[in-house]
Amino acid sequence: MRRTALLTTGILTALVLAGCTDDAAGPVRLLTHDSFDVSESVLAEFTAATGLEVEVIPLGDAGSALNRVILTADDAEGDVLFGIDSTFLTRALDADILLPHRADGLDLVDPALVPDDDRVTPVDFGDVCVNYDIGWFADNGLAVPEDLAALADPAYAGLLAVQNPATSSPGLAFLLGTIERLGEDEAFAFWEQLRTNDVLVTDGWSDAYYGAFTFASDGDRPLVVSYASSPPAEVLFATEPTDVAPTGVIVDTCYRQVEYAGVLASTPRPDAARSLVDFLLSPTFQADVPLTMFVFPVRPDVALPDVFRAHAVLPDTPLVMDAGRIDAGREGWIARFTDVVLR
Amino acid sequence: MSGRERPTGSRRSALLAAGPLAFLAVLFAWPLLLVLVRGLGVDGDPLRPLLDTLGDPFLQDVAGFTLLQALGSTVLTLAVALPITAVLSRIEFPGRRMLEAATLVPFVLPTVVVGTAFVALLGRLAPVVDLRRTTAAILIAHVFFNVSVVVRTVGGLWRHLDAGPVDAARSLGATPLRAFLAVTLPRLRPAITAATAIVFLFTFTSFGVVLILGGAGRTTIEVEIHRATSQMLDLRTAAALSVLQLVAVVATLGVYDRTRRRQAARPLARSATTLRRPAGAGDRAAIVGAVSLLAVVQGLPLLALLERSLRVGDGWGLDHFASLGRPTREAVLSVAPAVAVRNSLSIALVATAIAMVVGTAAALAAVDGGRTGRLMDGALMLPLGTSAVTLGLGLLLAFRTGPLAGRGAILLVPLAQALVAIPFVVRTMLPVLRGIDERLREAAATLGASPRRIWREIDLPIVSRAGLVAAGFAFAVTIGEFGATIFVARASNPTVPVAIHRALGLPGAVNLGRAMALSVLLAVITGAVVLLIDRVRVGSVGRF
Repeated sequence: MRRTALLTTGILTALVLAGCTDDAAGPVRLLTHDSFDVSESVLAEFTAATGLEVEVIPLGDAGSALNRVILTADDAEGDVLFGIDSTFLTRALDADILLPHRADGLDLVDPALVPDDDRVTPVDFGDVCVNYDIGWFADNGLAVPEDLAALADPAYAGLLAVQNPATSSPGLAFLLGTIERLGEDEAFAFWEQLRTNDVLVTDGWSDAYYGAFTFASDGDRPLVVSYASSPPAEVLFATEPTDVAPTGVIVDTCYRQVEYAGVLASTPRPDAARSLVDFLLSPTFQADVPLTMFVFPVRPDVALPDVFRAHAVLPDTPLVMDAGRIDAGREGWIARFTDVVLR
Repeated sequence: MSGRERPTGSRRSALLAAGPLAFLAVLFAWPLLLVLVRGLGVDGDPLRPLLDTLGDPFLQDVAGFTLLQALGSTVLTLAVALPITAVLSRIEFPGRRMLEAATLVPFVLPTVVVGTAFVALLGRLAPVVDLRRTTAAILIAHVFFNVSVVVRTVGGLWRHLDAGPVDAARSLGATPLRAFLAVTLPRLRPAITAATAIVFLFTFTSFGVVLILGGAGRTTIEVEIHRATSQMLDLRTAAALSVLQLVAVVATLGVYDRTRRRQAARPLARSATTLRRPAGAGDRAAIVGAVSLLAVVQGLPLLALLERSLRVGDGWGLDHFASLGRPTREAVLSVAPAVAVRNSLSIALVATAIAMVVGTAAALAAVDGGRTGRLMDGALMLPLGTSAVTLGLGLLLAFRTGPLAGRGAILLVPLAQALVAIPFVVRTMLPVLRGIDERLREAAATLGASPRRIWREIDLPIVSRAGLVAAGFAFAVTIGEFGATIFVARASNPTVPVAIHRALGLPGAVNLGRAMALSVLLAVITGAVVLLIDRVRVGSVGRF
């Protein structure tokens, strides 16, 4: 018994001591989602230029990361938040968790991607599109669906896997794309047809891609909602070196998502935080984005890597929905989706 | 015992109970309360969110399905696992220890990985019987995960049962079945009740399996809490559902407590002499039967996983395992497998140590069956039945500042993991502690043995054996824990499950291969460590 008490005291002391090592003048803390990454050499460049170290803290998927920051807004765990996507932009702005900042280099960003609000800085964008297994369609002598509407064609029954918009960011993007393209009522009529067509709904991207997609799993779905950048990833991460993409993208289905960064209002070091946001728009960071996160840089003057130029599709007119409309409709649409497709 | 000694005993229990209760209050009750207050306080009337939730027909369906699948999974798990336990804990045969350790492996595998393996299996089975996206698939996966709960908790007691009474019944002409029903079963009941409660709580709050195998139409309370918290930022609904979940869990524990109180403790044999060599064709058939059953419910999915990790393009090879040895990219968050393994091992070992200290204290405090002990015993089960999302969020709100914030979070991870492992330690040790024959102690005291000597000669051998079983269990539970950990873990100490999730976040055959190879590695490491812990000997204790 005495030994237990001693041990408890020891543990508590260790805890207190561990807490004391926290230091206000430590690294700049970058809060982000699990899909974030950056090359070590790129961050080293920032440190060399500013003398500031960077600590990257991933906080779950994009939705969870933002919610977590909102819930702890009065004393956030970091100085900069990266990875607010356009779907949740209004939620981030309404929660008032960010400081205004006009980043250096914003003039060089594609103007179509710059929002009206100066509390968020666009950093990258990507398209959520239906991918198809090229080999499967060739083997089965079936033509690849030409556009979004074709997915409801009985010829493609039992072939499509999507993600639940209630739990998945690409799933929500794809739902928003159908609403943007067809209008709300038409879109849910389309989803009813997809249901008749035995659409498979999974919880997240991994379950659909690695659990159902014929090319990447033992599943039975040659059509899956993924990203426009997935084909180049399949080339880059193939087990045998190849220069032919095994999967393709149905361009008509693509919905564009932009990712933003911002300076957190609770930061004790706004200047250091601002310089990190500026760095996210630097040519070095922008050029690093395609091969670390498989998204596109927002600066058109930054060259894309060869594997992207050869295998990534960049739709001329992707589907995009206004942030205000998303915010007003999101929860109702998710509920309606659940009603129409899942019950 | 004399009346004079009673107060001393209960004071000792109360003192012992104080530690575990404080642990529970700080790391469970307080964080949970913060979430509930925040969520239910939204309207100013805490009852409104609760009534809204109870009145929502969709959520009523969800609650009904959650309960039914948990009941079904529990019954099926017991039906499959009890015969396996009967063989593993009573008959010695080559490879028995390894099999026993292997039953724990499913526990540590991330559900996405298990899901992938099951999807592959069910796909191949589909021409015969299509179980894809059915409730049956969920139940089968729950059996896969939970067999070890029964094997460990029930087996831990079974191997201490004196074979004498059974032999006596048999020699009086009872059939083996009748001898089992009349003699063995009543003595096993405390452990079976405990295993039932744990499996029920686990499946009641199951998350990943339901999502991946059930199809998105089937959701449980846990899934809805996750949705409300992580996606909708609707703490009101999340808190109301958490209360609903908690009420159901407390009700379950109430039933569990009632059943348990009717059970009298029965004396145990000091050592596991009940493990015997197979005698006759009946025993050999039992071994073949148990091994085959295990091979089907646990072996096949693990084999599917192994197959996936060895598949390279259209052929086979060790390429994915070889790729673990070299870093893929010089990226900040790319995790070197060696580092992830080291992190996983050290965090799990610290968590196991914490769980053992707190759990042993709790088990010793609860052993005399007093009111405090019983209450504490039940309270320690609560974290098992509480939503990982809610608990994770609570830990975040509670320890955002203070000693466990920032770099101190390194300690918060094993502390949070220990919370989930403690019930296993208590459940494994308690039935054994209760079974220590008081007459042995009295006899020793009469012969002049000091209390210290009585403890060393009588209690310690039995307690440490049970402790080792519990430690292996706790280790497996903590090394695979992901739900609550992800809320408090930091990038600076990624574990193997975190590395697997990161690999599965990108398209490309190499990434999938890495994730599968890492999963196999995690399975092998866990199996090896559990085997190692199982083989540790304390004094003469190990040499049965």
